Amino acid sequence: MTTTAFLTDSTLCIGCKACEVACKEWNDIAEDGLNYTGFSYDNTGAVGHSTWRHVKFIEAAPQVGSGGNAPDQASWAFSSDVCKHCEVAGCLEACPTGAIVRTEFGGVFVQSDVCNGCSYCVVSCPFGVVQRNEADGRAFKCTFCYDRQKAGLKPACATACPTESIKFGPIEEMRVAADNRIEELHQRGMLDAQVYNPTDTSVQGLHALFITRGDPRQYNLPPQPEVPTTYLSDAWKSSALAAGVLVLGSLFAFLGSARR
Amino acid sequence: MSDLVFNLPNEYTQQGWQSNKEARLEELRVRAKEFGTVDAKGIKPAGAPFPLASPESGYYGIPLLKQPQWNPGIPVYFFVGGAAGAAAVIGAIAHWTGRDEKIARDARLIAAIGAIVSGGFLISDLGRPARFLNMLRMFKPQSPMSMGAWVLTGFGTFSSAAATAQILADRFGFGAFRILGNMAEGFSALFGLPFSSYTGVLIGATVIPVWNHNVRTLPFHFGMSGMNAGVSVLEMMGNVSSRPLNRIGILSAAAETYEGVELELKRDPVVNEPLKHGASGWITRIGGILSGPVPLALRIAAEFSGNRRSRQLRRVAASSSIAGSLLTRVGWVQAGHASAKDWRLPLKQKEQARVQPMQSQEEFPRLRKTS
Repeated sequence: MTTTAFLTDSTLCIGCKACEVACKEWNDIAEDGLNYTGFSYDNTGAVGHSTWRHVKFIEAAPQVGSGGNAPDQASWAFSSDVCKHCEVAGCLEACPTGAIVRTEFGGVFVQSDVCNGCSYCVVSCPFGVVQRNEADGRAFKCTFCYDRQKAGLKPACATACPTESIKFGPIEEMRVAADNRIEELHQRGMLDAQVYNPTDTSVQGLHALFITRGDPRQYNLPPQPEVPTTYLSDAWKSSALAAGVLVLGSLFAFLGSARR
Repeated sequence: MSDLVFNLPNEYTQQGWQSNKEARLEELRVRAKEFGTVDAKGIKPAGAPFPLASPESGYYGIPLLKQPQWNPGIPVYFFVGGAAGAAAVIGAIAHWTGRDEKIARDARLIAAIGAIVSGGFLISDLGRPARFLNMLRMFKPQSPMSMGAWVLTGFGTFSSAAATAQILADRFGFGAFRILGNMAEGFSALFGLPFSSYTGVLIGATVIPVWNHNVRTLPFHFGMSGMNAGVSVLEMMGNVSSRPLNRIGILSAAAETYEGVELELKRDPVVNEPLKHGASGWITRIGGILSGPVPLALRIAAEFSGNRRSRQLRRVAASSSIAGSLLTRVGWVQAGHASAKDWRLPLKQKEQARVQPMQSQEEFPRLRKTS
């Protein structure tokens, strides 16, 4: 099976939230609050257990060449956030039940029939994607529309996107498409357009690429996402030190004392 | 003149616009005729100016990471598990060295009860408690949660076997029960070793900044805290005149004091903020004092006091250590929550980046082509 990927292009996104609706409808996800966050037109805040696509409305400082904006007005960008389906996924590494697996399409998939809701994946995701649904007890996140991909279809969000802001296809093609698009945007004068794909961290790249304008941090995309397994050797060494002190300390204490 | 005019915010009239004067209307007409537009600030909506997204504040300061979703029983699990694991090791060593049978017997009981209680806490935290056994369909060294499940299972099995064999041997006196009990005790101690400190690995190897930042010391800190509590629980069961126990207590209290001092001296104000300020900071600090310097001083004083005095001092030291150990775990978990809420941390570029940022004109080093 070919490894597939999303390419979410914020320069094409019009903030219609069709992807959010399509995702909710296709995957039958419960409504999770009809609130306004008060931050631009965002009313979901972040991806979570019942929001697998989340359109961000980024009102940022004025950017030069930010198509059509008056120079003193904030630039306004939209970007549809989603599970990044990391090359090395923190949640997958952390899952103690094996509920989280990598599919034949390269996506990271939570098997709901296996998950026991230990919520350890929640603190292992460097992007804050996966979340335990307290009402249900299990952890949920974007499935990469595994069911649709199995049937040879595009994920629901990519299918519903009216502007091809969400592209979907084999990962190599998406990488080339991202580079071509960046080149095109740079030629148009949008010199701050860039691809977000942290290949030089322990995450080793994403299966959901993003094209952003300006610093990805204003899209809440971390500059240095790390898989928590990188901390393991330090942690176990420290644990071994504690064990050593416990054993040797007790041995010396008892051997150095009289019998009772 | 309509009401609307008088309801305008003060700032508009302060700017000298005589909005309720005929002259202003004339002015507007002239300006509009002359320039095609009229410069006016418009009406500011409530809450303006609105926050902006920026590289410093991220996406309006909405936290990027999710908070831990463990229930309040989890820090108690860390505490009980640490104490029980350490007690099992101390008991087994007291037994093998032939120095103290009472400690060995009490330790078996503590280990068994602790294992069952901590197992209860862990399972009750699961979203689907009935699926606890799903943890045992995998053996996954890269997942501390998987390792913990196995260690808990092993520890629970052998510590309860050891305690049961102990009770049966006392009752019926079969030699076989003693041998089986001793074997189980050995395995219980073997699992008790990682069980007393693995919870530091469990929270250290996560994406929560305050936890992974301290990952080199956290498991040791938790291990010493568990050792402190294990000794103290054994003392509370009537072993307050055992000198070796007091010395083990001195060792762990000294280690805890060192950890506390090191933490206070660390100069990383942003990441370790939750350990020093706010509710989590106070809980961690009080926990540190109660499990570090307080029992250390009391135990050293007890070494050099008369029997009766020494026992009193050690009871106080033990209570202080137990409270301190529990508070330490609560404080660290709370600090994790505070840390996850701090949107600044995951947006910070780490200083010791593994790959040097490219010498590009843009400040953001991840600006690169993907192919």
